[in-house]
Formats: sequence, structure tokens, C-alpha cells
Amino acid sequence: MTTPAAGGTAAVPPAESTPHPTKTGPHRTGPRRSVTGTRKTIAALFLLPALVLLGALVLYPIGYSVGRSFFDKAGDFNGFDNYETMFSDDGIRTAVKNNAIWLVAAPALTTALGLIFAVLTERVRWGTAFKLIIFMPMVISMLAAGIIFRLVYESDPDRGVANALWVGVHDTFAESSGFPQGHPGARSPLQGAGGGAFITKNPVRAGEPVVLPLTGVPPDRMPDDAESARPARADPAKVTGTAWQDFTRGKGRGQVNAPDAAEFGYPGIKIEAVKDGKVVASTKAASDGTFTLPKEADGAQLRYPASNFREPYNGVDWLGPSLITPAIIGSYIWMWAGFAMVLIAAGLASVPRELLEAARVDGANEWQVFRRVTVPLLAPVLAVVVVTLMINVMKIFDLVFVIPPGSSKDESNVLAVQLYNSAFGDRDAGVASAIAVLLFLLVIPVMLFNMRRMRREAQR
Amino acid sequence: MVASAAVAALALGLSACGGDSDGDKGKDKGKDGGGKEGAATVQLPKLDGEKVSVSAVWGGSERKVFLKVLDEFEKRTGAEVSFVPAQDPIISFLESKVAGGQPPDVAMLPQVGAIEQAVANKWAKPVGAEAQKQLDKNYAKGWQDLGAVDGKQYGVYFKAANKSLIWYNTEVFDNAGVQEPKTWDEFMQTAQTVYDSGVTPLSVAGAEAWTLTDWFENVYLSQAGPEKYDQLAKHEIKWTDPTVKKALTTLGGLFGKKGFVAGNALQTEFPASVKQTFTGGDQPKAGMVFEGDMVSLAISETKAKVGTDAKVFPFPAVGDASPAVVGGDAAVALKDSKGAQALLTYFASPDAARIWAEAGGFVSPNKGLDLKAYPNDVQRGIADALIKAGDDIRFDMSDQAPQSFGGTPGKGEWKALQDFLKNPKNVAGTQRALEDAAAKAYKKS
Repeated sequence: MTTPAAGGTAAVPPAESTPHPTKTGPHRTGPRRSVTGTRKTIAALFLLPALVLLGALVLYPIGYSVGRSFFDKAGDFNGFDNYETMFSDDGIRTAVKNNAIWLVAAPALTTALGLIFAVLTERVRWGTAFKLIIFMPMVISMLAAGIIFRLVYESDPDRGVANALWVGVHDTFAESSGFPQGHPGARSPLQGAGGGAFITKNPVRAGEPVVLPLTGVPPDRMPDDAESARPARADPAKVTGTAWQDFTRGKGRGQVNAPDAAEFGYPGIKIEAVKDGKVVASTKAASDGTFTLPKEADGAQLRYPASNFREPYNGVDWLGPSLITPAIIGSYIWMWAGFAMVLIAAGLASVPRELLEAARVDGANEWQVFRRVTVPLLAPVLAVVVVTLMINVMKIFDLVFVIPPGSSKDESNVLAVQLYNSAFGDRDAGVASAIAVLLFLLVIPVMLFNMRRMRREAQR
Repeated sequence: MVASAAVAALALGLSACGGDSDGDKGKDKGKDGGGKEGAATVQLPKLDGEKVSVSAVWGGSERKVFLKVLDEFEKRTGAEVSFVPAQDPIISFLESKVAGGQPPDVAMLPQVGAIEQAVANKWAKPVGAEAQKQLDKNYAKGWQDLGAVDGKQYGVYFKAANKSLIWYNTEVFDNAGVQEPKTWDEFMQTAQTVYDSGVTPLSVAGAEAWTLTDWFENVYLSQAGPEKYDQLAKHEIKWTDPTVKKALTTLGGLFGKKGFVAGNALQTEFPASVKQTFTGGDQPKAGMVFEGDMVSLAISETKAKVGTDAKVFPFPAVGDASPAVVGGDAAVALKDSKGAQALLTYFASPDAARIWAEAGGFVSPNKGLDLKAYPNDVQRGIADALIKAGDDIRFDMSDQAPQSFGGTPGKGEWKALQDFLKNPKNVAGTQRALEDAAAKAYKKS
């Protein structure tokens, strides 16, 4: 209890006291000497390398980019044409929109998650181990994380973890049917009935065995108890028939619309007799595909309901055009939640415990303590985290470059990737510079906010 | 036997009768070819101590074999050859190299457009007399023209790609009881039967849109004919042309058929599209996959064997004849050095081609190369078809187009055709999108 509080108070005074001498310094000494007593020329000499580097590596490129943005691909002056292109190009407009989504969603969610982790890990016994695990993704490079998540989001449930989980959960509630891809072949007595069901073209009669041939069920999906299909025996009091896979391996259809010995029945497939849109009877086929319906089915049409053919659920299309940006943001959160957590946990350590204790003594419950005491006390730290992440998100590149497959690249576009594409794909340095300038302008407000906050902190 | 006779009768002569015994024979022939390696067909100058650098985008197994080809050159001339790995697009890579004052002596350019760009930027140096002699001796006019700009020869096509092939899983075809189709109608019927047998007929690598542009080009070349093809490639006719509509409708009939295209094609990358066709025993995710001869490289990463488990037939004739869409990598000299010219001469000779041909995964446009050099019947058939197509070959259209139209992920033709794959009924909208993008891209270049 006392250590963090003591550490906090011990750490703060020096930080506050250091700026004072520099501020008050010039008033006390002569104009030619600074606080430390060095001459201005010497000070300038020492500053020179830093200034030259700063100028050559930061200021000059910024100026050059601004200038370059007014020239076209070949280097001829073209005024604001590049900016016009920038705002009329669909790809760049998507990039601006996506950057806005990123800017709003990613830092907020990451910070929220970091806050939750920080507060919770403080209370569990193995908190440090937990923190270590959460922080681990931070040490992976963005590029590697991108490749990892490309695999995680893979749509095939056999390869992508995300879909494997999703499909696992889904299938425990809704199982897929036994006969996916089943469909009538050519010259079939069946026709589509809408919604994936198939129905006989003509009404059936009792005493005349019916054939309900289908094709296309993959052999490895056939039920294990499937046996050789047999023609049904005629029974004048009943409607009988065969439901089977009218396809002989290696021979094609075999005898069309008649069961061959090499063909398999559809055990358990559901058959309904429909009269005037109403189901009058229903049954399931035996392992050799034969089925029997009562007398009521006479004159009805037989139907395979769509439930027989439900395709196996394939999960969510994470990398598809509509979900790609949220999916990438998800991978970003995975990486950076640890960073947020560590900073917030450090802030949390310096929160005076007496205040929390006092609130509890006053009868506040844990949620109220968190909401009304912890969070307001942490506000400065949270601001630092959010602003840092905002700057970080503004220039997001690697994940967006690596994760989306070619078909959803433009839906996931962000400014930094567009900049790269314009510069090295289209080789149009003009438009690329214009994007760089736009990016620069967008970062300025965040930077100003950050600087103001830092100055305020220093004054406190 | 009947099947093989029928195949032999094919104009393209793609023989695909590769039983076990044939495969072995092929190997023996390959060894024979190896034995003859000593007999050089081309005289190369002595270049002791000279340094030559070659730049290409090849990586992995392709790079390994290419280095072998270069080793032979070192052995014969005494020159020291270094390989400079480049990134796609190679023209941007070269731009930075030229700007840095250190261009490689020779670069392998994968597109007609790249050669034109290199000439326009005044980087490329014309082919010398020695190399030209080899070209005249070993190359069809069509192939020479692909490497020429404004009547001047710059490029030597070393590696060719036959992009008019459909590969299939033989077990799937056997189980479905179907034969290799020759026309589009037969092809559709074959696909239907394969579907009836419980296997999805087709694997489409929609995540990489260059496969889609190749699909379109094959249908278009066969259906609309070579003249229209050339006009469309130069954007002399618009993408809203009725011939384009017809081709897209034909293609849409295939892509849009329920159950014909293996799951989530838009996220299937090219290697995966091949892999899913040739793994999974008799129940692969798809029965056929379309693309050029480089498919055999991807197959070699599976357990399937080219010639027995995986076979190939020429792209079915949509119109009068099967199309022959090709691609290729041309060697272009970027420096006026003796070494560069010697290397071009070497690349134009059958000697260089033989080394890679024997290693597999390679088709040479060099008609001087003995077909026996290829390691199996499938490769031999592909090469034979390519040589026989002679001057009727057409270079990949998207590779001739400006990069922003025919070669940028998420843009232009690539994007439009991906959207088309997503919604194959939207022919008119696709045409409009294509024309809009083309108008912009061709105006700029």
C-alpha cells in the first residue's frame, strides 16, 4: 500500500522542480551567460549537429514534399491538380474514410481494453504473468503480426482460427445437413421449387414406384450406412419410390433416372408429399434409398425440402470487402492493448489509495469507485495513451498492407498505403506528396493537443 | 490408345498420355539431353575477369535454376556473373538502380510494356549482331517482334509462358467418366458432369486478379479473334464493344453457375487454387484449374505428379480455334558491355534453354531446343503447342496495358474483373467500369 504511494510522491517533485531554475535562470545572471555558465556560441556549436540533422532529415523533406505536391508525375508545375485528383479519386476517398474509422475506433477500443486489463490485473494474484502475456504481441513486428492475422482470418475453417472457432460455435447450435450440393441432373423428373428445395414435375400415383434421382453429393459426405440403391416395390395401397445418387463413379450417370447397383441410396433424406401447397405426408428414405408414403400421398407432388441440402456453414468472411477494416483493427488491438495496459497500469500505481479507500468507506460500490474515482484520476494517463495511439493509427501501414487479399485491398485502403501505392505503384510522386501533405495536416491538431498537454503538465 | 490418337489429332498436339512407362521414358530422354550438354551450339567470347550482373524478379526454385543457367555461362566464358534480385514491378526497381548509376548489365523484363518503357527511358541497348544471329536462327518472327520496339530488336525472350492451359485432376476426371473437352460447350458439359459426380469443377484464383484477366483474354482471343484482340489491347476499340459483352457473358455463364466455382474464390490465391485442386485424394476442393505452365511448379509442392495425377488440356475453343495467349520474360541489355551482349547471345541459344528445360517448370520459345530436353510429356506438349502456334501467339493483354489499368491490385481491370467474379450477371456494369478505368489509364500514358 505504501510503496506505490511513496514512489509516486517521490517521483513527482523532482520532475516539477527541474523546470524552475531554467525559467528563473536568465533573470538572475548576465545576458551573455546561460544558467550553466556556457557561452552562447558554444551552446550554438553544440546545438548545430542536432539542428543540421533536424533540418536535413525533417524540415527539408517536409518542405520538399509540400513543393513536390504542386508538380505532376513528370515534374511540371500543375498547381492544385494533384489535390484535385486526390479528392476525386475513389481509392483515396476510401482511404480518407477508412482513416477516420481507424482514428475513432482503434485508439478508443485499445485504450478501453487496456484500462480493463490494467484494473483487473492489479487485483489478481498472477497479475504480472498475465500482463506479460498481454504485452507479448507488442514485441512482434507489425509485418509478422499481419501475416499471422492473415492466417487467423482465413475463410477456410480448416485453416483460419477465427472461423474454426466461429463455425465450431455455430455448428453446436445448427448442424449442416447430410446431402450438401445435391441437385437434379439433366433430364431429371425433379425441378427446383425455390429456396433450394426440389419437387417432382408431375403428381405421383400410388402403385407406381417413383424415382427421385439426384446427383452431386460428394462421396465422402454420403452417410456411412448408404447401401446400393434398389428400385422400390410397387404397392397399390401406398406411394413407394427410391431416393438415390444417380451417378456411377467412373461411368457418369449410368442408366439415367433408374437406380443401378453401383449407385447409392440416400439414407435418411427427407421426402414430403405436397398437395396444394400443403404437406400431407412425409417420410425418410431407408439405407437403400427406398421409401414408402401412405395412401394420402396419392396425387401429390413429392418434394425434397431444402433442409436436406443445407450447405455446411463456412463462417464469417473476415477478409471480405465489408469486414476487412474491422478485422484489421481487431489485429491492431491485439497488438497494442498490451501497450495501453502497461502505461495505464503505471498510472494506476500512482493513484493515491486513500482516495479509493475513502470512497469505499463512504459506501461507494466497486463500479462507482472505478467510474467516479479511478477513471478521473487516470484521465491524464488515458489522454496520453489515446493521443499516442491516434498518432500511431494515423500512419498505420504494415497491417493494412499485409492482411487484405487482393480482392479487398481497395476497401481496406488507408492514406499511408495509398501514399505508397501512388508513389511506387503509379510512380506519381506528385499525388503521393499531396497525400503526404494531407497526412501531415491531419496529424497537426493531434500534435498541438499533445504539446499543449505536455506544457500544462510541465507547469503543474 | 483411342484417347491418345484423338489428342494427337489435335491441332495443338498437346499429348497428355503420360502413363508410368511414358514418364520413365521422359526421364531417360532428359538424361540423354544432359549427356549432350557438352556439345555447345553457340560460340561465346572469352570474358575472363569480366563482371556481369543480371537482374530478375525470380525467387525460390525459379531463381535456383536460373543460377544454374548462369553458372554454365560463367564456365564457358570465365566471366563472373552476379544475380541481383529485383522486386515487382521490376521497372520501378530498375528506375532506382539507374538513378543510382548502377544498372545491371542485363534485366529480365516480364512484360512487353516494360521493354517499351525501358526503351522510352533510353535505358535499353539494342541487341548486337551475334545475338541477332541466334535470334534469327532460333526464334519465330512472332517472338522476335514481341522483343522489338519500333523495328529495333531489344529483347531476347528466354522464358515463355503458355497461358492457355487447363489443368485437371485425373482421378476426378476418371471418377466422373469424362474426357478432355475441346470446345467451350464440351467444357461446360464436362464441368457439369464433374459437378454431378460430387466435385466442384473449377478452382479460380480470384484473390490474384491476373488470373482473371487471363481468363478473359483466352475467351476473348478465341471468340473475337486476333485482330479485335490487338485492337482492344491498344484500346482502339472500347471495352463497351459488343465483342467484350459476348466474352464476358460467356465467362459469366461459367463463373455464375451455382456450384461450379470452388468456395470463396475471391480470397483464393494462385498457389492455393492449384493446391486445392491436387490435394484431398479423390475428393479435392476442385477438379480443374486454369493457368499457364507455371501451375506445374505449384503442383510440385503437392504430392500429385504432373503427367499422372495432374494433366493438362489446351484452353477450349470458344470460337473457331483454341487461343494461344502467351507471356514471357525477355532479357534486355541495359549496358553496352561485351558481357551483356554475350549473355544475350547465350540466352538466345538452345544451350541456355536446355538447362532450365531439363529442370522443369519452364517452356522455351526457342524452336532450336530439342523437345526431348523437357522432363515429361506434359511439359513437352506445352512447349510443342507454343512452338507450333508460331506467329499466331498473342501476348497477355493486361501485360500490354498501362500498369494502372492492367497490373495494379485493387484497380482498373483487376478490380473490375474481381467485381465481375463476385457478380457475374453484371456484364454491362463491368464493361462500364472497365471502359472508365481504361479511358483514364490510356490517356495518362
